[in-house]
Amino acid sequence: MIDKELPTAAEAVADVFDGATVMIGGFGEAGSPIELIHALIDQGASGLTVVNNNAGSGEVGLAALLKSGRVSKLICSYPRTAGSRVFPDLYRSGRIELELVPQGTLSERIRAGGAGIPAFFTPTAVGTPLQDGKETRTFDGRDYVMEHGLTADFALVKCSRADRHGNLVYNKTARNFGPVMATAATTTIVQASEIVDIGVLDPEAVVTPGIFVSRVVGVAEPALESELVARGVSYP
Amino acid sequence: MAKRAAFDIPDGAYVNLGIGIPELVAKYVPEGREVVYHTENGLLGMGPSPADGEGDPELINAGKRQITAVPGASYFHHADSFVMIRGGHIDICVLGAMQVSETGDLANWSTGSPDAIPAVGGAMDLVAGANAIRVVTQHCTRDGQPKLVEACSYPLTGAGVVKRVYTDLAVVDISGDGFQLVELAPGIDFEHVRDLTAAELRPLPN
Repeated sequence: MIDKELPTAAEAVADVFDGATVMIGGFGEAGSPIELIHALIDQGASGLTVVNNNAGSGEVGLAALLKSGRVSKLICSYPRTAGSRVFPDLYRSGRIELELVPQGTLSERIRAGGAGIPAFFTPTAVGTPLQDGKETRTFDGRDYVMEHGLTADFALVKCSRADRHGNLVYNKTARNFGPVMATAATTTIVQASEIVDIGVLDPEAVVTPGIFVSRVVGVAEPALESELVARGVSYP
Repeated sequence: MAKRAAFDIPDGAYVNLGIGIPELVAKYVPEGREVVYHTENGLLGMGPSPADGEGDPELINAGKRQITAVPGASYFHHADSFVMIRGGHIDICVLGAMQVSETGDLANWSTGSPDAIPAVGGAMDLVAGANAIRVVTQHCTRDGQPKLVEACSYPLTGAGVVKRVYTDLAVVDISGDGFQLVELAPGIDFEHVRDLTAAELRPLPN
């Protein structure tokens, strides 16, 4: 029998190792797997490379993970967030490396990584500082820059409903990076607001098929980053 | 500016609006035109902000503000969203600018200051992939520096990508040979716009 459900977030992230690359879903707070991130802080792995579109806000979730000093590199498109000092302080003091990637190139690199494609050419960033040091080629008279596929050891993803096979559906724009990150990680760990019986999710409406998912944890009432920040919470 | 830009958006267009003044364009699209708004975090069919207390923190736009989804909307993941952008499926993208050059280069993501936190988001993808890039911006910066220039001094978002600029003073096209005036704002004369443009501006043909 296939049963990917684990009882706690702590058990789900127990084997994240020092130096691992961890993709973390979410666009701002929408889709941010905050309970999994907090479990990862508690777990203590360090020297991590984190892939996320942003750099968190306040001192909870992703920002708290950065603040813990366990992240040595961030691969990111937009690390500037109103109301967060954590990333700017780390960056300006040279305590974190930043690889800045255009948002569409970031999602395509993850998609390519998940699809077994080592590199691809895109016109995005041609003629800008973000093409520096990268191979370029001309196809049909237009210049393109080569970008590498991106894979990870772990992905942390939030969804609204899952079953024990790891089939997932999401909530509105919280879907964002979840489905692509799930394909690109060796071990994909999901927190679901609800775990339903097999057969409940309409196969026509499943967004992430279970083959891409390794573990599922039920988190019935996930915290909202903005509410925690508004209350001045600092994790841990 | 936003109203004038909205006037040029045709019925049936798929449109991505940048953060800030470009967001206002949606308010001014003339009656009778059906326009579908794309937000790159994963929604086609973006509607206005929700009523107080009725929003969902997981239904947001690219500026991370709460929005609504109109009837006929669809959600999708990030890679699909950028397939729409990078694959040339978005008809029009309206963006803000720090500088636009006479060859259509756009700078709108960084001043290049060593102290700034670099952040690019989806701007480079939009200018490389959307079919028509239009810019809505004040003609000059807050301290009076022209934003329409011969060559951008800030790092580029994309080279040769902008086709039309809507400012508080004029509508200007970028053609093969520089800035071409299309229209003056009410009460503005050509000489005034020319003086505030740091590159040659060709007048309306007689």
